[in-house]
Amino acid sequence: MAIKDLPREECYIPGSAACPGCPATMAMRTVFKAIGKNMVMIVPACCTAVIESLHPNTSFDIPTMNIAFEAAAAGASGVEAGLRKQGKTDTTVVAWAGDGGTYDIGIQALSGALERQTNFIYICYNNEIYSNTGIQRSGATPYAAWTTTTVGGKTEFRKEMGEIIMSHHIPYAAQTCVSYPEDLYNKVKKAKSIKGSKYIEIMAPCPPGWRFGMERTVEMGTMAVETGAWALYEYENEVVTFNGKSKLILEGKIKRKPIEDWIKYQGRFRHLFIPKKDVEKIKAIENHIDQKWERYRKCYL
Amino acid sequence: MKKYKISTTISYPVKGAMGRTGNWRVFKPILDKEKCVKCLRCWIYCPEATIIRNNDDTVDIDFEYCKGCGICANVCKVKAIIMEREGKKK
Repeated sequence: MAIKDLPREECYIPGSAACPGCPATMAMRTVFKAIGKNMVMIVPACCTAVIESLHPNTSFDIPTMNIAFEAAAAGASGVEAGLRKQGKTDTTVVAWAGDGGTYDIGIQALSGALERQTNFIYICYNNEIYSNTGIQRSGATPYAAWTTTTVGGKTEFRKEMGEIIMSHHIPYAAQTCVSYPEDLYNKVKKAKSIKGSKYIEIMAPCPPGWRFGMERTVEMGTMAVETGAWALYEYENEVVTFNGKSKLILEGKIKRKPIEDWIKYQGRFRHLFIPKKDVEKIKAIENHIDQKWERYRKCYL
Repeated sequence: MKKYKISTTISYPVKGAMGRTGNWRVFKPILDKEKCVKCLRCWIYCPEATIIRNNDDTVDIDFEYCKGCGICANVCKVKAIIMEREGKKK
């Protein structure tokens, strides 16, 4: 699969309210290309609810339903049941939520929907903060990152949503990144072809939230994967397979880059470098990532 | 099945729902068609879908809605797109 083979069809219309360099619209375009027009999207409170733009206009050329923050998966269950009753079984139901609506606020509705084996795709675009409301800390925020509610840097480590999802034993779950559109396209395409609950998480580096230049979105995503801070993998029929660069890191064919290469470009980690380099905290981040990869090797290699 | 009257607010898809977002631009992408190798990286990575893919896989830029983020210039491997300050005198 090359970029040339991706369909031309465009369900995202230019002129939305997204920030320049937004990873969410970037990911959304690829997701729309993979699923096509025959879909219903459920959007809770997140950046996407703003990107849709103001009534009476919208920037999405597909049916979209807005719902309360905690109810993305519950709303999707209802829409799926309604469509099933009408006999429209070929329509794909997609819940599209941010990391706040997945990791923290929406987790009980999501867990319930996965347990009921609702036939839908849950997509979480993870920018590691509540960016819509103004950069607050979420369960996905990494250790030592600045947000408006963790001014001196977060003191806890982030949770592993991928592994929480895996313990629901759903047919398909995956982690991907905006910087790899072919990988994202393939995973969404595969999820569409499977019946049952599917979960896809997309790493989405947010320029205003992470405090980096808006032209660097793609670069930041690539670096997140290459430094091992984010892993690309698929979980299918109880088997985990790693993809792309993450596979090479897991098998030890390439060494992951030092985390400093990634965090030094982000203003949210600036207090680790200015006025004095905080070696201890950088070492703590490194150790945490090493531990994570050690666990991956033990469980999935 | 009983038909229900729609009693909720519905928005309809329109180009430029937030107006001409090209006004947000500070830096403008300049495309050099001679250098372009048709890899389409700018097209797939553009967050705003303002890079138009033509039938022969060449690209054009829709300046009416381009927000000038500079991702296209950053992902271009052959440097066929450069960013220039808006309204610069030649």
